[in-house]
Amino acid sequence: MSGTFTGNQGLRIEEPLIFELDSPGQSAVDLPEPPAVENRLGAAERTEPIGLPGLTEPEVVRHYLRISQKNYAIDAGLYPLGSCTMKHNPRLNEKMARHAGLADLHPLQPQSTVQGALELMDFCAEWLTTLTGMPGIALSPAAGAHGELCGLMTIRAALEDRGDARERVLVPESAHGTNPASAHMCGYKVESIPADDRGRVDVAAMIDRLDDKVAAIMITNPNTCGLFENYIVRIADAVHDAGGFVYCDGANFNAIVGRVRPGDLGIDSMHLNLHKTFSTPHGGGGPGSGPVVLSEALAPFAPVPYVVRDGDGFRLVEHIGDSDNKPYGRMKGFHGQFGVFVRALSYMLSMGSDGLRQASSDAVLNANYLKSRLEDLLSVSFDGPCMHEVLFDDRFLKDTDVTTLDFAKAMIDEGFHPMTMYFPLVVHGALLMEPTETESKAALDQYADMVRSLAERAKAGEAEMFKEAPKLTPRRRLDETSAARNPVLRWADRSEGS
Amino acid sequence: MRYLPLTDADRQAMLAEIGVAAIEDLYKDVPADALLDAPVDLPSHKGEWEVERIIGDLAAKNLGASSVPSFIGAGNYRHHIPASADHLIQRSEFLTSYTPYQPEVSQGTLQALFEFQTQVSLITGMEVANASLYDGATACAEAAMMACRVTKRSKMILSGGLHPHYIDVTATNAKYLDLNVINAGVDPNRDEPAHLAGLVDEETACVIIQNPDLFGRVRDLSALADACHEAGALLVVIVNEIVSLGALKSPGEMGADIVAAEGQSLGNGLSFGGPHLGLLATKEKFLRQMPGRLAGETTDVDGKRGWVLTLSTREQHIRREKATSNICTNSGLCALAFSIHLALLGETGFTKLARLNNANAVLLADKLDAISGVEVINDTFFNEFTVRLSKPAEPVIETLAANRILGGVPLSRFYPKNDAVTDLCLVTATELTREEDMDALSSALSEALA
Repeated sequence: MSGTFTGNQGLRIEEPLIFELDSPGQSAVDLPEPPAVENRLGAAERTEPIGLPGLTEPEVVRHYLRISQKNYAIDAGLYPLGSCTMKHNPRLNEKMARHAGLADLHPLQPQSTVQGALELMDFCAEWLTTLTGMPGIALSPAAGAHGELCGLMTIRAALEDRGDARERVLVPESAHGTNPASAHMCGYKVESIPADDRGRVDVAAMIDRLDDKVAAIMITNPNTCGLFENYIVRIADAVHDAGGFVYCDGANFNAIVGRVRPGDLGIDSMHLNLHKTFSTPHGGGGPGSGPVVLSEALAPFAPVPYVVRDGDGFRLVEHIGDSDNKPYGRMKGFHGQFGVFVRALSYMLSMGSDGLRQASSDAVLNANYLKSRLEDLLSVSFDGPCMHEVLFDDRFLKDTDVTTLDFAKAMIDEGFHPMTMYFPLVVHGALLMEPTETESKAALDQYADMVRSLAERAKAGEAEMFKEAPKLTPRRRLDETSAARNPVLRWADRSEGS
Repeated sequence: MRYLPLTDADRQAMLAEIGVAAIEDLYKDVPADALLDAPVDLPSHKGEWEVERIIGDLAAKNLGASSVPSFIGAGNYRHHIPASADHLIQRSEFLTSYTPYQPEVSQGTLQALFEFQTQVSLITGMEVANASLYDGATACAEAAMMACRVTKRSKMILSGGLHPHYIDVTATNAKYLDLNVINAGVDPNRDEPAHLAGLVDEETACVIIQNPDLFGRVRDLSALADACHEAGALLVVIVNEIVSLGALKSPGEMGADIVAAEGQSLGNGLSFGGPHLGLLATKEKFLRQMPGRLAGETTDVDGKRGWVLTLSTREQHIRREKATSNICTNSGLCALAFSIHLALLGETGFTKLARLNNANAVLLADKLDAISGVEVINDTFFNEFTVRLSKPAEPVIETLAANRILGGVPLSRFYPKNDAVTDLCLVTATELTREEDMDALSSALSEALA
């Protein structure tokens, strides 16, 4: 297919950087002449040019359309990234978030003029606390990791309130990397807990490490092996008996919404990824939203701001000094990811309590169906039913000279985004697949047939095909080593004479 | 249920293939008494128009900022977003993709991020920028902690002219670490850069100053940068109105070591304060201590130019507790919106937009300054400035709001217990502020102060 004059391949069009399309002086925005007044910029006035390129609207639109076509997306196909919950993102959510009465609100308008927005935040909070069975909530964290930090800070504030800050946080080795990083940012030492041979937290090892210096355990449930931590209540009881708290990483809440309330399991604090479980789009890496639900013991320590009902209306508590509680601080500018709250509420109202319960059931059913379609050819890491994602390891590739990475790249040529690779770290060469509930049986069957075909080809000795994959993408395997060794992180004019 | 493709027949067939009788069999690891046997007590599912009605009713209870004369800024600015920018970010390929972990099927997002990093580097006058953080306040906190890692010192000095939310978020982030946060305290009357220069010592990791500051003043910070560098400290410059960089010397030109900024003004609407866009830029020599994702240029096996996420050994998924930050999800789509808006504006559009903002603010300041009971306290400003009123500002702003004018931000909103700011109000003009809006504010303000 190579060898065209332009380098283009049919609908796949080579596109330069926006800086290489510069037509100096052009602009895609027609602006009026500024009124002729003396500026008030003083000594800080800019005198040097910036170096931004000039383009017109058709050129800019074409540029972004062309580069967009080099992306895979959930709207284009099954996106089985484990622990990422790539489910359908309803367009109704986008329409609601763009409602002028919501999108066009300034966060510092007098509160009397934004009562509907405060009510919406309260409404969203009510759904999230009811679904999790937790009485308190901090809406403001901007993403999952930010929620983890918020949850841990809430725990630390509660501990310090009783004069006992403690020193360590226990983190299972299967945890997301954000967990230990968040614990570290909260001033705690991280102690790793091994997994047992069933893919769960080794309870004996955990109890062994528990003492009066342990502030919390950070547990992911369902965990990153796609398994429910069946001893969760025992774990929570043991931690509570030792005077600590239980933080739950809620990244995998999609498996249990409407079927299990984390509050019934002894969880004290848990973040929710609205951009996973509650269908708001990932946008190529964000924005997310990571509200944290809190037990009765932790609720008073939630950060500002928060919304309270005040007679017939709603009031925003923005300052620690104005609070009747003991907020530990502030996580974010203004009031949290409001536009994401609108989208999540639109989703929750659409699904209802019945639909949310059906969604989690279907997510679990789809993952188990994939497992059952693939387990004879791939190597399932742990026995028994999985939750919303299924974990395989690379034993099935033994002696084939094909790695998990090669396998993933071959999936790309087949028109699918690969699963999560090499995570969790508790198995070798992990392949973690999360189909979500928004895939049809036909889509799952096609995916399973594709994976089976690749597994058979790997076992049949076609390693060469895997090593060369992907061949059909706008770019083939990229040299990540040299990218890191000699970082080029911005465009620079390398044309002659400059 | 419009988002769930499985039919009941599918479900039965799939359960049979799995070899279980019912879905409950797949939840057998859940403690029996924690498994709910019915949906939780919340309303059941709804069609699109029912959802639209419920959310529409909530929206109708608010006063949209563009539906009335509006002069509110203070870290969140009402600018015009070109139609093509909002259209392009809603392309499925951008909107519904994940973080670009598989570069061969993510070249669109990666190229856009590389362009974004270049744009941010250019306007801030810095050598490198990351692929975004959550917002300006969290970017400020990350910059503060980064400066402590770079200098191996623990004292940070925060200007009183820094947005109060940025101060609070930075102090909160430092709270449980062994870091020493010095808050210089809010004072609208002092020469802030000179004051801060006097506080820098050999233990100082960084001085954090905002330009334009909370009161709207703009300063050349070169002398403060020199004072910092002499003491081995870094200068962190905060920009929460990014459009100002079209008219102001860049922080890099003034000697900044790290720039943390709020990028909302380009491409991103008010949205009641979020989601917004944190920007972080620095010098290349500090790159290894920079938090957040980075897109980098490389080549593929055929030698063609392409982009990948790079230097991930700084990040949590590799380094875990030794990472530079816990950040994972950032503000990707907001960064794209920013980048498209800036691409649409170009050099001439961006600088002209900035001049237009400043000129409108000058017109407004002159009109307000002429009112009895109103005094503009700024000598310099970009697109917002502070007025001293003859009455406490907050009730005046409430009165204006009751008359459908969003007149500004009383500084008591940030400092409710500080008598020094009770009569101060921050007033903003952008390219969207019309002369008739200014006149409406002038007459309403005259009346309220009479």
